Amino acid sequence: MKSLFKLLFCSCLLLSLNAHAVLDIKITQGIEQSLPIAIVPFGWSQAGSVAPIDLTSIISGDLQRSGRFNVMEEKDLPQRPTEYDNINFGDWRKLGMENIVIGKLELTDAGTYDVSFRLIDVYRGKQIAGFRIPAKPDLLRRVAHQISDIIFEKLTGMPGAFDTRVAYITVNKVKDKKIHSLQIADADGHNAQILLESPEPLLSPSWAPDGKKIAYVSFEGKNSAIYVQNVLTGQRERVSAFEGINSSPDWSPDGTRLAMTLSKDGNTEIYILNLNDKSLKRITQHGGIDTEPNWSPSGQKLAFTSDRSGGPQIYEVSVNGGQPKRISFEGKYNARPEYSPDGKFITLVHAVSGSYRIAILDLSNSSITVLTDARLDESPSFAPNGGMIIYATTGVRGGQLAAVSTDGSIHQRLGLQQGDVREPAWGPFLK
Amino acid sequence: MFIRTLLVLGLAGLLFGCSNEQVKEEEPVAVEDLGSGAGTGDSGAQAYSSESSSTSGFDALDDPQSPLSIRIIYFEYNSNEISSEYRSAIEAHAAYLSRNPSTSVTLEGHADERGSREYNLALGESRALAVKQQMLILGASSSQIRLVSYGEERPAVDGHDESSWQQNRRVEILY
Repeated sequence: MKSLFKLLFCSCLLLSLNAHAVLDIKITQGIEQSLPIAIVPFGWSQAGSVAPIDLTSIISGDLQRSGRFNVMEEKDLPQRPTEYDNINFGDWRKLGMENIVIGKLELTDAGTYDVSFRLIDVYRGKQIAGFRIPAKPDLLRRVAHQISDIIFEKLTGMPGAFDTRVAYITVNKVKDKKIHSLQIADADGHNAQILLESPEPLLSPSWAPDGKKIAYVSFEGKNSAIYVQNVLTGQRERVSAFEGINSSPDWSPDGTRLAMTLSKDGNTEIYILNLNDKSLKRITQHGGIDTEPNWSPSGQKLAFTSDRSGGPQIYEVSVNGGQPKRISFEGKYNARPEYSPDGKFITLVHAVSGSYRIAILDLSNSSITVLTDARLDESPSFAPNGGMIIYATTGVRGGQLAAVSTDGSIHQRLGLQQGDVREPAWGPFLK
Repeated sequence: MFIRTLLVLGLAGLLFGCSNEQVKEEEPVAVEDLGSGAGTGDSGAQAYSSESSSTSGFDALDDPQSPLSIRIIYFEYNSNEISSEYRSAIEAHAAYLSRNPSTSVTLEGHADERGSREYNLALGESRALAVKQQMLILGASSSQIRLVSYGEERPAVDGHDESSWQQNRRVEILY
């Protein structure tokens, strides 16, 4: 009973804070050849009452923000069919519209909902995809993102990453004191939730591959320590608190181990902690800085930052240890590597004449392509479909999040109404 | 104390129409120690005391003329090399620690905001380690020196220019 009360109280507290923590996403640059699409307002079975959710605007927002679609404005729609048989193909063809989405939301006798939609190729007069998705009331937003994912995949060939979440750190000053908080939000910035607040610094959130846990660094014990927190229950465990640095946790693809940086043996080295038996294996042996390990998708290698050549550069090492191999050669500053989901690229922070930018390293030929153009960009993190990279940048109002497509053509800004936001980590596909 | 404040906030949340229906199963729930982390077992933290050196009336540490009054060592960009101008200060601190074996000191390493946060955490550590190694050579003992790095998380000055950055690339000597 007591714990139930605690649960309710905590949830309510979070909800009351949530209203202030919406990430506002604006697209600042899209691709020229975006695909025209029309999302017809979804039908609603209880005419006369207000639908519990505006599926149309969520789906339209997802697609428009992706930079790959040009969503027709509602006022320009030539007709508003909710059934396939009512589509007047000629009306749409006249406007040059290639694809339309129709659908409806129905309340069931059990009090849950059925969402159905069809994606239609207007020119061929053919349905490309059609689904009926049953949903509980609290999952309707996710269903909208899932529909966006299906449309995105059918029309671009790449899986969508709308039904995913991001973790990030915010810092707000309250009466001269800094409040650090670890938050997660849907990829569209909605449903922001605070997982932890602390007067001491928080950094380096890293998602477990199942999306159920987050590892991070907290200074609450007056030194860095690594914690693992269950996103669902809030339960947390301190997994590393050695003397010196405990930082940069990164999950193995199978979720059983954390790569991390420790300085307990003298200076910063890379280690792998087995979360089951808590055994610790040292991977690097060098007098310089070794940090920021990131697991390759195959699980066989770690990329990390080392200054063993004089300045920070990226190296790869086997998870069994051995001699690291340098893999970045352009420029004097390359740090914070993260593999692309297909393992062919690494995103990193790259300094160009005094500015720190997000870049992508092509592992097939070691070339580095700079994707962003601000002064202080950092913490790049791939979307699970590999299409976008979210990162932190410094704007006029402090830290902000931004995202860029991996080809550099699409740019988005994600702003908080107040405070700094930093250290984004894009979560895995939700199961 | 902090917990109590949260409780009040939480009740306020209840009063302002935060009903049970809004509690979703999927909702992540914060731990009860949301915030300060008190009670999560800071057993890794070492006991060190800032008072241990000031038990007698006058102490060399309080003498503004002494090189011991230099408590911050500044660094060049992306470097852990200690400038020769700090040699006398580090010598004085090492000698003081050597004369007062029960005294301990924390060397707090920091970096400016440029580049990667995790790398900067390591950079702050390597700066603190460089100061520690000099102090050890000059007579202090390892057990007297605790290292902590805050990387770029605790800048001395908020600002995005070189004049701010040079004040943030530092090791603070804290008795």
